Amino acid sequence: MNSTLLLNLQNCTIRFGGLTAVSELNFQIHENELVGLIGPNGAGKTTVFNLITGVYQPTSGRIEFDGKSISNLRPYQITAHGIARTFQNIRLFPSLTVFDNVRVAFHLHLLSGVNHAWWRGASFAKEEQDISDKVIELLRLFNLEQHRNTHSKNLPYGDQRRLEIVRALATRPKILLLDEPAAGMNPTEKIELMNLIQFVKDKFNISVLLVEHDMQVVMGICERIVVLDYGLKIAEGAPEQIRSNPKVIEAYLGE
Amino acid sequence: MLHRPKTLLCFSLALAFGVSLLAPQLNPYHLDVLLTIGINIVLAVSLNLVNGYTGQFSLGHAGFMAVGAYASAAFTLFAAPRWFPDANFLVTSACFFVALLLGGLASAGAGVIVGAPSLRLKGDYLAIVTLGFGEIIRVIFRNVDALGGALGLNGIPFHTNFFWVSFWGLITIYMVLALVNSSFGRGFLAVRDDEIAAEAMGINTTQYKIIAFVVSAFFAGIAGGLYAHLKSSIDPKGFDFMRSIEIVVMVILGGMANTRGVIMAAVILTLLPEILCPIAEYRMVIYSLLLIILMLTRPQGLFSFRIRPHPSHSA
Repeated sequence: MNSTLLLNLQNCTIRFGGLTAVSELNFQIHENELVGLIGPNGAGKTTVFNLITGVYQPTSGRIEFDGKSISNLRPYQITAHGIARTFQNIRLFPSLTVFDNVRVAFHLHLLSGVNHAWWRGASFAKEEQDISDKVIELLRLFNLEQHRNTHSKNLPYGDQRRLEIVRALATRPKILLLDEPAAGMNPTEKIELMNLIQFVKDKFNISVLLVEHDMQVVMGICERIVVLDYGLKIAEGAPEQIRSNPKVIEAYLGE
Repeated sequence: MLHRPKTLLCFSLALAFGVSLLAPQLNPYHLDVLLTIGINIVLAVSLNLVNGYTGQFSLGHAGFMAVGAYASAAFTLFAAPRWFPDANFLVTSACFFVALLLGGLASAGAGVIVGAPSLRLKGDYLAIVTLGFGEIIRVIFRNVDALGGALGLNGIPFHTNFFWVSFWGLITIYMVLALVNSSFGRGFLAVRDDEIAAEAMGINTTQYKIIAFVVSAFFAGIAGGLYAHLKSSIDPKGFDFMRSIEIVVMVILGGMANTRGVIMAAVILTLLPEILCPIAEYRMVIYSLLLIILMLTRPQGLFSFRIRPHPSHSA
C-alpha cells in the first residue's frame, strides 16, 4: 500500500471466559480505503467492531489508530480520535428530532459547555448558529432535511439507517465503521446503500470498514475483504481472490 | 419562549421583586402555601433534570434537601450571629443569601460524593443507591447532637419570603431550561435515549450524569435552605423517603422532561392536600386515588405538550 496506515490491529485476542471470540487478529486499514469484514454467523465480526470502538478491551494484543494506541480507551475517547460507527440494530436517539440527533453528534467539536449555556453570550449564540448551519448542510446532503423536525423513531427504516450514517459523520471521523447497514433492505435499497457508501467515502475522504452479510454489497464495493471464521482470520484480499478462495468457500458452504 | 432567555429572566426577577412588595398584604396561611409551592417547584424542576432529561432514576432528592436545610440553618443559627451581632436588614439578607448558597454547595458536594461512584449503575440499581443515600443522610442528622439529633434545629429565623422563593424558583427554571436547550445540553437527552449510542457519538456519559446530578443536588440544597427558613424548625423526619417520593410524583405527573408540566404538577400537588383539608380523614385516600387515576389515564404526564419544533432555518 502506498497510502498511510490508519488503523492497525496487532495480534488482538479477546476471550469471554473459556470462549475465544477473536484470536490473534491482524489487519490494517489505510487512508481512504473501503474494507469489508465478512464471515459466517458468530464468526466474531461485531466483536471486532466492539474491540475497535472500545466497548470491549482486548485480552491481549494492541490496537493503534493514527500511530497512537487506543486499546484501553473508553468509547467516547475513541470517537474523539476519529473513529465513528453505526450499529447492527439501529441505535438512534428515538425521542430526539432528526435535527437534534445530528446536533448531538457535533458535541465533540463544541467549545461551549455548561457555563456558556447559562450565560448565553455572543460566542455561544454564534456557535449554536454554526452548528445549526452545519447540521442543516449535512441533512441536505443526505436528503433528510425535510424530516428535520421529525422524531427519529418515526422515520422510515431506510431513512433511519441513513440518519445513523449522517450522525456518525457529524463526529468528523477519519474512519467510519458500518455494522451490517444492508440488514433488512430490499435489492433496490441495497443498491442505493452501495452508492451512498461510495459517496460518503469519496465526499468526506474517509476510510470505511464494512461488516456485512450480504455478499452482493460486499463484493460490489469493497476494495479489500477480510474473512473471519470462529474468530480467526482465514483470508484477506481483493474480492476476486476471496470469491475463489477454497477456505472461504468451505467456511460458508461447509465441506 | 427562550429566544431572549436572559432578558426574560431579568424581567421575571424584577416582576417577582415588585410582587413581593405586595406579599405582606396576604393572609399568612395563603402566603405559607404559596411559598411551599415555590419551594416544591425548585425541588421538582431540579429533580426533573436528573429523572426527566437525563433519564436516571434518583430517589434521594429529600436527602440533598436535608443537607441544604441543615447547612444553611446551621450557618444562620451559629455563624451569622457571631460574625454580625447587630445586623441590619441588608446584612441579614446577605447572610441569608450566603446561607442558601452554602446549603446548595454542601448539597452539590454530597451530589458529587454520591454520584461519582453510583452513576455507573443503571435504572433500578441507581434508584436503590440514591434511596439508601437519602436514608443514610437522615440517620446521620438524627445522631449528630450538635445538629439537634432527633429534635432537629429550632428557632431558625423566618427569612424565607416571597422574593427569595420566586428568585430561586426563576433561577432554577432558567438554569435547567438554558442547560437542556443548548447543543451541549442535548447530550443529556441523548444519554437518556441511548447510552451506548451517546458514548459512540463521543459523549462522556458519566460526566453528563454527574453534571445533571450535581446541578440538581445544588438546587435541592437551595430548596432545603428555603424550607428551613420558612418552617423555622427542621428535623430528620421531615426529609424522609416519602418526601423524595412526593417530588418524584411531581416529576412523573408533570411529564418527564417537561418543565412546564412539572411546574404545574408541583402547584397542583401542593394545593391538593390543602384543598382537601376540610375532609381530613379521607384526604390521603383521595390524594392517592387521584394519583392512581391520573397515572392510568395520563401515563405520559398530565401536561405533556408537543415538543416545540426547531425554528425553521432560513440560511
